[in-house]
Amino acid sequence: MDFIRFVGQQCARDISKFDFFRPGDNVAVTYEIVEGDKKREQTFRGDIIKIKGEGISRSFTIRKISDGIGVERIFPFNCPALTNIVNLKKGRVRRAKLYYVRGQVGKAARIREKKFVQSIAENLKGKKRKWTFDNSVLYV
Amino acid sequence: MKGLLGRKVGMTSIYNAAGQSVGCTVIELGPCVVTQVKSTDTDGYNSLQIGFAEAKEKNTTQPLKGHFKKANTTPKRRVQEFRDFNIDKQLGDTITVVDIFAEGDAVTVVGVSKGKGFQGGVKRYGFAGVGDQTHGQHNRLRSPGSVGASSYPSKVFKGQRMAGRTGGDQVTVTKLKVVKIFAEQNLIVVKGAIPGHKNSFVTVKKK
Repeated sequence: MDFIRFVGQQCARDISKFDFFRPGDNVAVTYEIVEGDKKREQTFRGDIIKIKGEGISRSFTIRKISDGIGVERIFPFNCPALTNIVNLKKGRVRRAKLYYVRGQVGKAARIREKKFVQSIAENLKGKKRKWTFDNSVLYV
Repeated sequence: MKGLLGRKVGMTSIYNAAGQSVGCTVIELGPCVVTQVKSTDTDGYNSLQIGFAEAKEKNTTQPLKGHFKKANTTPKRRVQEFRDFNIDKQLGDTITVVDIFAEGDAVTVVGVSKGKGFQGGVKRYGFAGVGDQTHGQHNRLRSPGSVGASSYPSKVFKGQRMAGRTGGDQVTVTKLKVVKIFAEQNLIVVKGAIPGHKNSFVTVKKK
């Protein structure tokens, strides 16, 4: 029995309420930050450029352009500070790690959007991660 | 001192209540079998001898086979004695993690560190090496430098730290906090690192 995996599963947080996303998607991540003894929420919206790791150490990298300067943040999926993840746009990309966007500026840095016909989220009871595409292929 | 014998499973990280990622070590601890009970009347002191991990019958000597038979158990690979264990267990009883440890305890872990082979002074004793890559160092960046004075004492003192076989020593790590316990799987998760490689035997003790 893989005890390391077992411990990871036992200590993992429930991330099923977050939207499913893949590299290239435009995502809004809401997380808590502590200032002194106060807590407040902050949202970071950007493109997912990398999802790496497995189990409890799985993490994603999100990038946005802020005032003309590229800003990246890395979040572990199991980070307790994460409060919400909303997938706003599916991106049409051809690779899993989008490092190439780091070298691009302006219009070139945009990621083309993948258009959906409809979301069948409501049919699948809370599992927002399922969508249909033009060809009606169910994508899980 | 109470304690149990176990096996290092490996390391992982866990998030604590404050949301910080904490590096932890998973140890498969016990169940251990009481193989001998010593008391003040018979032996002059109180202690408990416990065994851990199944051993092959053919690899166990006759005397040890008899010893384990007395405790009505199978041969064990690891046997260790703990003085003043102070737990209500008889010969042949099984001790599990929850009998001794609880979450939040500070424990001591003893194990044998990973063998590193023949290593130089920089790795073995933390020597600083000679300068940087500049200052005319041709090929002795990690050399130990001087090992003593000249005509007096005309010898190198015993105990002078030099290159040599590194690792493979018994190492004790104290005050490790127990982060989590999984009683059913006999697992204990402690904060921080412990000596040894994966699957190496360790002793976990508690005051």
